[in-house]
Amino acid sequence: MQVTTKHYADVLVVAVEGRVDYVNADEFRAALMPYLKNCRAGGDKAVLDLSRLEYISSAGLRVLMIAAKEAHAARGKLVAAALQPVVREIFEISRFTLVVETHESLPGALRVMSPAALAALQSG
Amino acid sequence: MRICFWGTRGSLPVSLAAKDIKHKISEAVLAAGGRELRTREAVEAFVENDLPFAVSHTYGGNTSCVQIDTGSDEYVLCDLGTGVRPFGHHVLASRGARTPCTFHVFMSHLHWDHIMGFPYFLHAYIPGNRIVIYGCHAELEEAFRKQHAAPCFPVEFSRLGANIEFVGLEPGKRTRVAGLEVTPKLQLHGGDSYSYRFEHQGKVVVYSTDSEHKTDDARSTLDFVEFIRQADLVIFDAMYSLADSVSVKEDWGHSSNVVGVELCQIARAKHLCIFHHEPVHNDAQISSVLQETLRLEEITRGDHELRISSAYDGLEIVV
Repeated sequence: MQVTTKHYADVLVVAVEGRVDYVNADEFRAALMPYLKNCRAGGDKAVLDLSRLEYISSAGLRVLMIAAKEAHAARGKLVAAALQPVVREIFEISRFTLVVETHESLPGALRVMSPAALAALQSG
Repeated sequence: MRICFWGTRGSLPVSLAAKDIKHKISEAVLAAGGRELRTREAVEAFVENDLPFAVSHTYGGNTSCVQIDTGSDEYVLCDLGTGVRPFGHHVLASRGARTPCTFHVFMSHLHWDHIMGFPYFLHAYIPGNRIVIYGCHAELEEAFRKQHAAPCFPVEFSRLGANIEFVGLEPGKRTRVAGLEVTPKLQLHGGDSYSYRFEHQGKVVVYSTDSEHKTDDARSTLDFVEFIRQADLVIFDAMYSLADSVSVKEDWGHSSNVVGVELCQIARAKHLCIFHHEPVHNDAQISSVLQETLRLEEITRGDHELRISSAYDGLEIVV
């Protein structure tokens, strides 16, 4: 499991790669949460790019729930984008689509979050 | 072992209402459109084979009561929800009221829905019967006596005719009862609950209801995985969706179908039976949860295939 980040204008894109399960959920939480500290009103908006996430278990989903809850409490914006088909089905079956806003693609998420961030992505 | 489900509903008994029956009949008639169904045999075959379970049947509404049948003359039950009432009627019909019977009952915990069937268990009123109630709660006997006390019920516990015994168990300590090796395990639930691992002639059945699993706690996850390791059947509380169980219903003491699949996959258990159905769910919703659980198992399967069932009042599973 790997977590990497990249800024596009006022949006922080956090890419998650690999598998997240009960074995590495703590590691995932420790890797993810520091990046989201500034996800609050007036701070960064955040997109979780899940295009390279192969599997996420209930323990990993709980980390996402905590991240979304903290961002919401700070009046920040956190969404997930580009879920692989298996991960999308896991989100749907677990009803996590009601917990974390999801978008089909990263550009699709940026289009909704910030036109400046979308322009930054498209300009490479 | 033959596992008979007499009560499978969580929290509160429910029953179908007039509108539910009307809806099922309408669905069945619509599905039959254009078919030649002129004989009872043809109709019954159509109902059995061509209608979805949620239309042709019901999951039932009795609260938790599951029988572990090893072929012994002595009966073994888990919990005394309202499902024990039809169980008692079945025993009366098959053995008569004059045959003394022995019942061993393992209590997950003492919340109302798990004891409320006992005052309607007819064998408790008949002298000659023996009922042994096992559990890990210090208040085991007190809970049953209080339930029978005024003003809640008109017949005092002391007036019950059967010989009723209470036996305290220790979590993790194996006991032999009616030919079964039985091991209780502490679970996370308000006031505590206990699961039971039953072993008989190389087969293993785990009864685990009213339990919340915090799967980000690797240690407790692995403890439970060991408890259900390679079980032939795991009866599992899947009352809520995962999202509910970790958000608005966190610490309500119940689990989800998603966690059930994960734990059984890690433990390489053979068969997961989702149990303790949410009382607000109708038959179609419970069937939908089953379909989603089957799909989840399919898309997350590694080299181990897990069989999935949804418990209903009247279901029998042989392991």
